[in-house]
Amino acid sequence: MAHIVTAFDEDLVQVQARISEMGGLCEELLSKSLECVQARDTDLARVVIERDRALDLMEVALEESVVKVIALRQPVAADLRVLIAAMKIASTLERIGDLSKNIAKRAIPLSAATHGRVTTSIVRMGRQTLVQLSDVLNAHAARDVDLAVQIWNQDYEIDEMYNAIFREVVTYMVEDSRLIGMGAQLMFIAKNLERIGDHTTHIAEMVYYIVRGKPIGEERPKGEPAGVDFIRA
Amino acid sequence: MSKALEIWLALAAGALMAAAVAVPLPPLLAFAIGAVLAFALARLPGRRRAVSFATPEPGAEPPGAAAVEAEARESREMSSAFAQDLVERLPTPLLIIAQGGRISFANSAARAALPRIRSGEHFAGVIRAPAFVEAVNATFADGGERTIEFTTLRDQERFFEARVARLPETGSFGPERQVIVRVDDRTQARRAEQQRSDFIANASHELRTPLAAIIGYVETLQHHARDDPGARERFLGIMAREAGRMRRLVDDLLSLSRIEMHEHLRPSEQWSLNQIAFESATALLPVAEQQGVHLRVEVPTGGAPVAGDRDQLAQVFANLVDNAMKYGGKDAVVRVFAAPPSKAFPNRVGISVSDTGPGIPREHVPRLTERFYRVNASQSRNKGGTGLGLAIVKHILNRHGGRLEIASAPGEGSVFTVWLRPAEAGPAGEAVATEERAPAEADQRIA
Ligand SMILES: Nc1ncnc2c1ncn2[C@@H]1O[C@H](COP(=O)(O)OP(=O)(O)OP(=O)(O)O)[C@@H](O)[C@H]1O
Ligand SMILES: [Mg+2]
Repeated sequence: MAHIVTAFDEDLVQVQARISEMGGLCEELLSKSLECVQARDTDLARVVIERDRALDLMEVALEESVVKVIALRQPVAADLRVLIAAMKIASTLERIGDLSKNIAKRAIPLSAATHGRVTTSIVRMGRQTLVQLSDVLNAHAARDVDLAVQIWNQDYEIDEMYNAIFREVVTYMVEDSRLIGMGAQLMFIAKNLERIGDHTTHIAEMVYYIVRGKPIGEERPKGEPAGVDFIRA
Repeated sequence: MSKALEIWLALAAGALMAAAVAVPLPPLLAFAIGAVLAFALARLPGRRRAVSFATPEPGAEPPGAAAVEAEARESREMSSAFAQDLVERLPTPLLIIAQGGRISFANSAARAALPRIRSGEHFAGVIRAPAFVEAVNATFADGGERTIEFTTLRDQERFFEARVARLPETGSFGPERQVIVRVDDRTQARRAEQQRSDFIANASHELRTPLAAIIGYVETLQHHARDDPGARERFLGIMAREAGRMRRLVDDLLSLSRIEMHEHLRPSEQWSLNQIAFESATALLPVAEQQGVHLRVEVPTGGAPVAGDRDQLAQVFANLVDNAMKYGGKDAVVRVFAAPPSKAFPNRVGISVSDTGPGIPREHVPRLTERFYRVNASQSRNKGGTGLGLAIVKHILNRHGGRLEIASAPGEGSVFTVWLRPAEAGPAGEAVATEERAPAEADQRIA
């Protein structure tokens, strides 16, 4: 009997390791896509798009192995939670990878014309998002519920950054209609970053769920949504 | 019987030597390995004797297969403990990872460098950088050695270099196949590199302006100013000034990098600060006369000696007096004097350089010692400034453990004061004795 438990432990360790590895790839994709925005490097953008495929394959493989483990070992309670959370985290990471890839794609038309100040703000927002992603992956690896809750409560900072960029970009577009095309690209990039931020809070929720066995269950603080009325102001 | 033990020890030593070769170690480490091995081998005869004491009494039954097996196991455990002990003591962060990814062993240096590391856990929980994961997996697969770089983001960005190699299968760290990983923190070096490349970018930017001016005037002289003697005279003057600025810039950059190179070495020779200030300020009297500035050098002779580099300290005062005259303007009064004792700098000796010039707006004061920082770039450039004078002052004072105090307000002139710790009073032979002390001790004494 004892060796079956060990084998199952090994299964769990491997599943978590795959999550960490997917997380590492996500960090790389996001960080490279920010480099694309900053340095307007179209070759790098193609590398990011290519690397995103590896992430998709990892998600498929992870899902398969989780299904196999559940079928074979029929885990209950805490163990089952770990496996279900792993599937959810993997699909969240896959989406983060997609969003990063989209950022890199948007950076390609940006390379022709760009607005330096907004780019700086977006890259700063992106760095903050990357830090949050790294933190939540660390929280997952270390089962650090406190860190997870902290990240969950902190995400509104990224929302605020998004709102500030939104205002800035809209102001430019109103002032100079030639900037509308580029402004739209920048806005999409900022929006993608904001969604990556949301996804990290989802991973934080999963970490909480794995350890505590229940959802965080409160209302997450969010940034004031950016309305359109300020355009008149 | 002790044969088994010896074989195991030799195997362990061999494995570690192989690991040491596969993961090239700096001389200090090689020495450490040697020391630990020598220590272990020195204990071997003693151990052998202990084993022979345990030889059964005559007449007793000869040891059976079980006993042989037990002894083999014991010696295996011992050699494994010895191998772990050895890796544990090496000052370089080393990880041993078992097939499947669990960490079999992380030595104390690794635990210090990567605080979240735990034996028995999967390495990807600690280092998930794709380059690292891929290198470890590939080395398990093909046995090849790899060196890779990766970054981690935890509080701050850190840069690492890792070398991955497969361990011979001795069982010292477990029954599975193992790889050994050396992890070096390269963060500091990377930052220095970053600073350097920023610096080169700055410098080339600064050189471009005078160079563009010179090229522009050369072209003008070649074409429409060709037959205009007045213009030619004027343009040659400007070109000479710009070329001079470039030469000064290059000189300043070189002296700045020289100073930085030795910034961590505290000078030990003793000098009279007053004397150095006096000599370097009076050397500028002819320049003052030329510029119509009243330069008053009022430092008394003597004063407390300071430990310092004479030429560098002279450069500090030359740069400060140069600025005071340059920015003070015509008819300004520039004074060089011993600073009265200050509460903010207790037990320090100070020399002040004051001027009656326009002064400096408050928001600029904290940034004056940055490279290439100028309150008014075009004005400073017209005066031939490169924006490196005060950066040089700051680095020299850093090296001396000194400080630069700047007191200035628009319309009220400026006072730049150099504060240094006086050298410890002592007989003339003291300076020599200081040089012979261990660096750590000398540092403490100065700090
Ligand atoms: N005594 C002063 N009065 C007013 N401004 C000053 C004075 N000393 C320095 N500054 C300001 O500080 C800036 C930096 O001085 P610094 O000596 O580092 O460079 P610089 O004089 O422009 O060039 P360099 O000394 O390398 O030829 C100057 O450009 C000037 O704006
Ligand atoms: Mg100067």
